[in-house]
Amino acid sequence: MPKLTIDGIEITVEQGTSILQAAEQLGIEIPRFCYHDRLSVPANCRMCLVEVEGAPKPVASCAQPCGNDMKVLTKSPKVVKARQGVMEFLLINHPLDCPICDQGGECDLQDQSVAYGYDRSRYAENKRAVKEKYLGPLIDTHMNRCIQCTRCIRFSEELGGVESLGLIGRGEVVEIAPYVEKMIESELSGNLIDVCPVGALVSRPYEFKARPWELRKTETIDVMDAVGSNIRVDSRGNEVLRVLPRLNEEINEEWIGDKTRFAYDGLKVQRLDRPYIRDGKKLREATWEEAFALIASKLEKIDGKQIGALVGDLAAMEEIKALKDLMNAWGSPHTDCLIDGAVFDAENAGGYLFNTNIADIEKADAILLVGTNPRWEAPMINLRIRKAALANRDLPIGVIGEQLDLNYKYEYLGAGADTLTGLRKSKSAFVKALKKAKNPVVILGAGALRRKDGKAIQQAVAQIAEEFKIIKKDWNGFNMLHTAASRIGALTLGFVPGRGGYNAAKMIEETKSGKIKALYLMGADDVNFKGLSKKAFVIYQGHHGDHGAIHADVILPGAAYTEKAGVYMNVEGRAQIARQAVFPPGEAREDWKILRALSDFTGSPLPYDNLQGLRAAMVTDHPELQDINVPMKVKWKGLGVPGKILKAGFETSIKNYYQTNVISRHSVTMAECTAEASGKTNKKVAANG
Amino acid sequence: MGVKYKKYPNQPKSFTFTKENMKKIEAIIKKYPIGFQQSAVMPLLDLAQRQHDNWIPEPAMEEIARILDIPVIRVVEVATFYTMYNLAPVGKYHIQLCSTTPCMLCGAGDLLKTCKSKLGIGHGETTKDGKFTLTEVECLGACVNAPMAQINDDYYEDLTPEIFETVIESLSSGKDVPVGSQTGRKGSMAQLGPTSLEKEAKAAGIDMAPPPELKKKKGGK
Repeated sequence: MPKLTIDGIEITVEQGTSILQAAEQLGIEIPRFCYHDRLSVPANCRMCLVEVEGAPKPVASCAQPCGNDMKVLTKSPKVVKARQGVMEFLLINHPLDCPICDQGGECDLQDQSVAYGYDRSRYAENKRAVKEKYLGPLIDTHMNRCIQCTRCIRFSEELGGVESLGLIGRGEVVEIAPYVEKMIESELSGNLIDVCPVGALVSRPYEFKARPWELRKTETIDVMDAVGSNIRVDSRGNEVLRVLPRLNEEINEEWIGDKTRFAYDGLKVQRLDRPYIRDGKKLREATWEEAFALIASKLEKIDGKQIGALVGDLAAMEEIKALKDLMNAWGSPHTDCLIDGAVFDAENAGGYLFNTNIADIEKADAILLVGTNPRWEAPMINLRIRKAALANRDLPIGVIGEQLDLNYKYEYLGAGADTLTGLRKSKSAFVKALKKAKNPVVILGAGALRRKDGKAIQQAVAQIAEEFKIIKKDWNGFNMLHTAASRIGALTLGFVPGRGGYNAAKMIEETKSGKIKALYLMGADDVNFKGLSKKAFVIYQGHHGDHGAIHADVILPGAAYTEKAGVYMNVEGRAQIARQAVFPPGEAREDWKILRALSDFTGSPLPYDNLQGLRAAMVTDHPELQDINVPMKVKWKGLGVPGKILKAGFETSIKNYYQTNVISRHSVTMAECTAEASGKTNKKVAANG
Repeated sequence: MGVKYKKYPNQPKSFTFTKENMKKIEAIIKKYPIGFQQSAVMPLLDLAQRQHDNWIPEPAMEEIARILDIPVIRVVEVATFYTMYNLAPVGKYHIQLCSTTPCMLCGAGDLLKTCKSKLGIGHGETTKDGKFTLTEVECLGACVNAPMAQINDDYYEDLTPEIFETVIESLSSGKDVPVGSQTGRKGSMAQLGPTSLEKEAKAAGIDMAPPPELKKKKGGK
């Protein structure tokens, strides 16, 4: 434990702490460009120079470990002079185009040049020019502005797992370049924009749209996957202009996936901005009163038990609760949130939660992936697995299901049931390691359970978890990975078939026999509507005119995730509050308010009139919701003896990362990414040079 | 001195190492601990260059990346960093003329002019017959015998425009040219002959007899 003084303040730090980190602990700011606390340390920008007593020259504080009795000065004239020198060199080739640069206003170089830059240049020679590089539809490049900090190279190599960028040439002509100019094949590529300290890598969709100081910043929660990444939505007027990550060490650190970051342009397209009523084959615009009156008159003639309700992937807990209460008031047991057809034990929370906390995956010493592609289903969880794999070169990772392109090495065990049941007898190196592991983790993809024998698969995996001691007193390594943001919330609120209730598929099927006469779709689009009878009266409440709205007789326009306050529960059972960034378009309203208004029309008013009342009712019924931002801790109960599992291999749920829900399906940016990723693009692919 | 990397347009479609070179590669990789085979990237690039007419095409970098199990960009980074890897075709004789201070003071500029007048090429250019390529380089570490030029693997030192001309002529007509100092200087001795160590040194450690003076003293007793 070295003890040193920084600017006269004494501090004791852990062995191996760099001077920069120690200074940070004291709240002393040291300027830097290349140093990033989550990446390796190259010490090539030299901006973080400090004076160490006894050292002949200023030292780079990011790479210098603290020593005992060191006397460090971070603000001495020598240090300031040295940093000014570094800044002057950096600015030699940096264009003076802040007024037209997207990074202007939030640029490290701009900020630090205020502190260390000269107010005039001594450089009269030509500045160098660097050709732009093509890095796909998400990232635009302005390579003249690059200061060669190599953060982008290190991020894509270390965390992204794609080694496409490199530092080509040397000396004055050095430049960051990919070997082949094409889209960076990583679902984390958007983070390159964040790590770039200057305006060299900027967001292509956001480019030239706004200045950071004109934006209203709303801290909220992402719904593109079930991880619940913390995000900041930047908006101007009533338009979402960009989405940025927000620091949460327990979930997404400071990264987000590309879908989270770039799918927001889907919020502007194909929106339902007023109620519609079906008039013959066409839908016509209507008023809220008309729509509610029609629903009330239709439902009046139907027995409550003939109404079914489905909740989609993006619903917040508020509207799920309101819909559940409304269905109860109508007396219907037909409620379901597993619209994708997944079959598993929805009563036992321990069986469907991600019991190991996301951050704890880094502690894992053996990981078994069953029927899941974490890289696409939850990039943030995949990042943790990759970090664990980086820290431990020989981390045993086994995969059952599809043979996938994951960005770490794994042992492929097999495709399906036989491998799963044969695991205990298997002699593979992975199974041996799994038996010995202290903190083993198994991740079961919810997508693999979208079949009749889903529950048996879940039980079989649980059984293996018990046998291999994956679940212990102080460690629960059994995890199910969902992909829908609403899923855990809906399961917690009990939005599953009640006594005698039908599941989603059965509800659709029974519309033919007339046992289900009305269907309430709460943003339920990814349902198999094949077999839906025209006789059924379908109410669709949601924000996009997508698969669900096509079948609707009445459309009630709701709010998207950026337009409403809501609680979302992530895979860990962690309830997080999303805030409203902008208003819903046109006549559209917050979803729970629509249900509240409708309940008046159908003569079964819900017992809450405001958000506080609704949330209070939610907490009364489900006390576990009282603790916000804390993962749910569930005692392991076991799931029972598995039934027969069919032969077919386990499939993962996502075939195309970029388009998985209504918002991303309507996003132009995501469509471009899809085309680019599948190679169906006219964009020339050229090698560098 | 950095040279901006520009991809040479006429790249061959594929590149494979010869059998002998593959054996050498195996031996080279074995020098490094297991898992650190990427350290072999520089000798492999050199092998590729020697095999492929003194320049490294992109398929060769891809092949090296494949052999070493590293991304191609890591190979490209190394190949573009070092000036001794040629990434575009060079002539049969690659003249690397040193023009750093000592050589410059001793007349490297005249050698440059000789190249221009004799071969008609300047820095970075190749003669039409593809025999000679001239590259102006920084210090090659033979300053004592300045000015000098490296032609392919060999150093030619103590050059004057006239000597340089004959060297070029001999190489051009396929004659052997002795490498090293062209004025017959030995090692790094001074230009006007040795100023110290004029005689051959005695082989060390054989003659154990004390020097004559000491013997005399002993006798005086």
